This record gives sequence, structure tokens and C-alpha cells, in this order.
Amino acid sequence: MATKASRSAARLMISPAVILLLGWMIVPLAMTLYFSFLRYNLLMPGMEEWTGLTNYRFFLTDPAFFDAIWNTLLLVGGVLLITVTGGILLALLLDQPIWGQGVVRILVIAPFFVMPTVSALVWKNMFMNPVNGIFAHIAKALGLQPYDFLSQAPLASIIWIVSWQWLPFATLILLTALQSLDSEQLEAAEMDGAPPLKRFWFIVLPHLARAITVVILIQTIFLLSVFAEILVTTNGGPGTASTNLTYLIYVQSLLQFDVGGGSAGGVVAIVLANIVAIFLMRMIGKNLDA
Amino acid sequence: MGRITLDKVTKRFGEVEVIPPLDLTIEDGEFVVFVGPSGCGKSTLLRLIAGLEDVSGGQIRIDGTDATAVPPAKRGLAMVFQSYALYPHMSVRKNIAFPLRMAGLSQAEQDRKVEAAAEVLNLTPYLDRRPGQLSGGQRQRVAIGRAIVREPAAFLFDEPLSNLDAALRVGMRLEISELHNRLKTTMVYVTHDQVEAMTMADKIVVLQAGRVEQVGSPLELYRAPRNRFVAGFIGSPRMNFIEGAEAAAHGAHAIGIRPEHIAVSTTEGAWRGRVGVSEHLGSDTFFHVTGTGLADAITVRAGGEVDLHHGDAVFLTPEADKIHRFDREGARIA
Repeated sequence: MATKASRSAARLMISPAVILLLGWMIVPLAMTLYFSFLRYNLLMPGMEEWTGLTNYRFFLTDPAFFDAIWNTLLLVGGVLLITVTGGILLALLLDQPIWGQGVVRILVIAPFFVMPTVSALVWKNMFMNPVNGIFAHIAKALGLQPYDFLSQAPLASIIWIVSWQWLPFATLILLTALQSLDSEQLEAAEMDGAPPLKRFWFIVLPHLARAITVVILIQTIFLLSVFAEILVTTNGGPGTASTNLTYLIYVQSLLQFDVGGGSAGGVVAIVLANIVAIFLMRMIGKNLDA
Repeated sequence: MGRITLDKVTKRFGEVEVIPPLDLTIEDGEFVVFVGPSGCGKSTLLRLIAGLEDVSGGQIRIDGTDATAVPPAKRGLAMVFQSYALYPHMSVRKNIAFPLRMAGLSQAEQDRKVEAAAEVLNLTPYLDRRPGQLSGGQRQRVAIGRAIVREPAAFLFDEPLSNLDAALRVGMRLEISELHNRLKTTMVYVTHDQVEAMTMADKIVVLQAGRVEQVGSPLELYRAPRNRFVAGFIGSPRMNFIEGAEAAAHGAHAIGIRPEHIAVSTTEGAWRGRVGVSEHLGSDTFFHVTGTGLADAITVRAGGEVDLHHGDAVFLTPEADKIHRFDREGARIA
């Protein structure tokens, strides 16, 4: 991009893509903002009227809102913890030379290709079901009382299901990072008298820092909006025990037909997501600088 | 102390025997260079001494005690890697202090030793930088610093200069030699560059396909190479080999004569040929003389300002007492 002409040509060339993406974002955002200031109920079509901040007041004082915030944070934090720790351990295992390495790696990635609704339904009906699930069968075979995961520990169960989906992603990214580590560094550390655990702590983990950052950033974006897994398993319940912000907005606008309230919730969610993003960038974004 | 003895050391990767049983003694305080073409097993041999590879047979003794099964960290050796293998996320100070930290030294002790090493290696201004912010030569010095703070019984260098440019390489060569003179510690140095071997070594070990071809001081190897391989490998430009009738006249299968032991004349001499490519270095000129009927081309060294051009007829005369004779198997005929 040396000359003035080539630079303006470049701008011209990328403008359709930029305009399309911008429009794709701006139009729904503007409509959401507009709806959030309306009294807009699907049961009363044609009765929309301007209500100012009422929708926000109702949404933000709803006790379910604070449950939802707390659940969202627990869900994101729990899944990140499981996938990053598990991903590092799995990557370390998969990095060892084993027979059938290629097949094993494909098997490890497989859960990522299963769509969220399907995997959540499989977990719900084939594993966690207190009558037909495999865990119930195991419990009965051992003479124990089957545990009803989705009603006794709904949020933990959902965290587990979502972790299962995201673990392959974390493993894959961390495995490639691990493979880019210069083996001479490890040998040098070995000569310098560092036993395996210290080699992991002082050499491998710092090398993985950037990959871990990428995993955390990308996963956070997707985990803030987990929806399908909750819809097909617990429906946010019992009560609000497994309702996150996304699900609460769905309940507000489509189950209670209150589009205005739902839009207000959507705007709140955008603001919160941005706050999380700023914190994340502050905390770990510096790892991304070369 | 750093006397390293290899006793029938063997290394096999699966079925392939990379190093057939090999005996070698490295005396305390010696600067030993392993030299050979790539793939000759010199790096493997170094890694066996370091303990980064397990031997398949034989014994490695360091100062008389059997170290064959001792883990690398406990052998008291320090290694400088070809890629330097610095820890990129640590400052120079932390890099150099790493082995001390692993050994559990106090912070004050660590600081003292790191600063002493930095002083020796002119690294003091860079102690708080990261390896990524240093030049190749500085990184090399950090790697050496990390080795010397451990006060090892012996240093192992694995082609440490091959990533540097030509000018820096000459400088670092001197620095390493000076370091050896000052520390008087055993050094084992691996290279494929015979110039490095000649200039730095007390003792050169020429390797080919895992076998030791010859062990000796640089000048011993230069004056009396034991076979054609060593004769061709040591010396630059390489020795000219002549087979056939001319060799038979000397009672050998092949004779070898170094470029610097051939006199050039435009008027008279033993062999007649034409000047091919000439390389003018200023101090010397190397002529590739063709059409002698002895070999494809014979390299000769002449003075810096000889007025000969491409296509000129020249006469060459070898110095009679500098002719090396080899038999059919390539071994030297005394």
C-alpha cells in the first residue's frame, strides 16, 4: 500500500464489505434501541406508545435480572475454567507421540461439530435423565439413588454440557501453540536443572499465555450468549436457577410478549458485554502485543 | 575439573546405528572441536555427552565417575544451543539467573553471579531487556552467560555460531577462545565449519558417519591427515587430489597437494594448464587451473597481485615434500 492511488483504491475495494457489515450491525441495533423506549406488547398490536425509561426500570429492578447476571458470570467463568485447564491437560497428552495420533485428534475435535441443541438433548436424554440416562443406570447398578442432574444442579449441568462442547476448541488452539514451542528451550531448561513440573511452569505455560488469551477472548464472546443449551434442557429453571441474561431476554420478549422490555434487556446486555470486554482487554489483552 | 571419557559409546535409532562403538578422551581444560559434514553424528555425540539422548551401549565417565545414567542437570555440564534457546518471556537477567534459581540460590547470590557474568560478557546495559530486543551476537552472549553462571565442569557448544553473519562469527569466535583462555574450563564444540575448528581447537575430532576419522591438534591434522577424507576436509580451499599415472609415479593410488603448496609460473613447471576461474581476495588469489589432464580442475594459491587472466597458459610445480600419498582405500601412505 505504497502510493496514494493504491491506498484509495484499496479503500474503495473494501467499502462494500465494510458498509454491508456496518449496516448489518447498525440496523438491528437502532431498532432494538428504538423498541426499548416503546410500550410494545405483542398481545396489544398497534398500541405502541413512547414510554421513556419505564422498560429499563422494570427490567433492572426485576429480581430475575440479578439472578440472570450472576448465572451468566458463573456460566462463563465455570466453562472458561474447565475448558482452559482441561484443554491444557489434553493438549499435553495429545502432544505425546502415540499410536493412532491422527485418529485420536479427530475424535477429540468431534464434539465441536455437534450442534448445541443436539448435544444438549443427547446429554439431557441419554446421560443425565434420572430414569433412562446412563448415569442413572450406573447409579442403580451400584445400588445408589439416581441423581436428577438438571433439576438438582441445573446450572452446573449446563456448565458441564457447554464445557464439553468447547473443550475441543480450547484443546486444538492450545495443542497448536504447544507444538510451536522450540524443543531446544525445554532441553536448555532440562540442562539448567528444571524438573518436569518447573519446566511446565516456567517455560511451557508462559509460551501458552497468548494462546490462552485467544481462547478466553473468543470463548467469552460466545459464552455470554449461550441459549440453545438452556432452552432444550432446563428452560431456565427451576425458577431462575439456570436463567442467564440471553435466556431472560427471550422470556421477556417472546414468552411474556413484552418486546419493549426485552429490547431494554438487550441494550443492557450489550452494555454489560462491553464492560466485560473492556475488563478482559485490560487484563489479558496486553498478552496479544508482540 | 572436567575430564570426559567415552568408552565404547554407541547410539542406535531403531535399527540404524548412528554412532558405532566410539572411544574418546577429553582432557580437563581442553578445547575439543567435533567437526564433520552434516549428518556425521557430531551433534548426536554432543547430546549423548549432555545426557539429552540415552546411549545404546558403552559408558560415559565424567571425572572418572560413571555418568551414563545420570540425568543431564546432574552431570555438571552446561550447553549452548544452536538456536540459543533463550526463554523469550524472561528478561536477560532472569534468563541468566534461571539455572541459579533452579538450584535454589538466594536472591542476593543470584544477583551477584548474574552481574559478574554480565560484566564479563558486556551484557550489563541489556540486563533488563527481553531476548527479542537483542541482536544475534548479544543473544549468543546471553546463552553463554546462562552457561557460565553455573560454573560447569565442561561447556558444550552445539554449532553456536551458525546463525550469525560472517563478521560477527569471526568476533564471537575470538570471544569464545578468550573465554576459554580465562576460564580454563573444558569445552566441547561442535561445528561443520573447518575454519572454526582450525582456529579454536586444542584438539580436533574429525567425524564421518559416526566414526572418528582422526584426532589431533589442528596442525597435526593439516600436516599429516590420516586418510583422504580428513585431507579433503581440513584446509581451505580443499586439497587437490590427483589419480592415475601421475599418482602411480609417486607409488600411490592417489596423491593430494594443497593449493598453497603449488608454485605458479608462466614460463616453466611440472604441469601445464589454463587459468579458469580466478578468485581475487586481495591478500591471495585462487586460480582454478583446467586442462592439465590430471584432474578436472586444480586449485592453486598465488600472491595477491598476480597478473594472470582467464585463458592464460600457466605452469604448476608442486612442492615435492608436501605431497600426500594415499592408497586404494584412501589411507595415508607414510
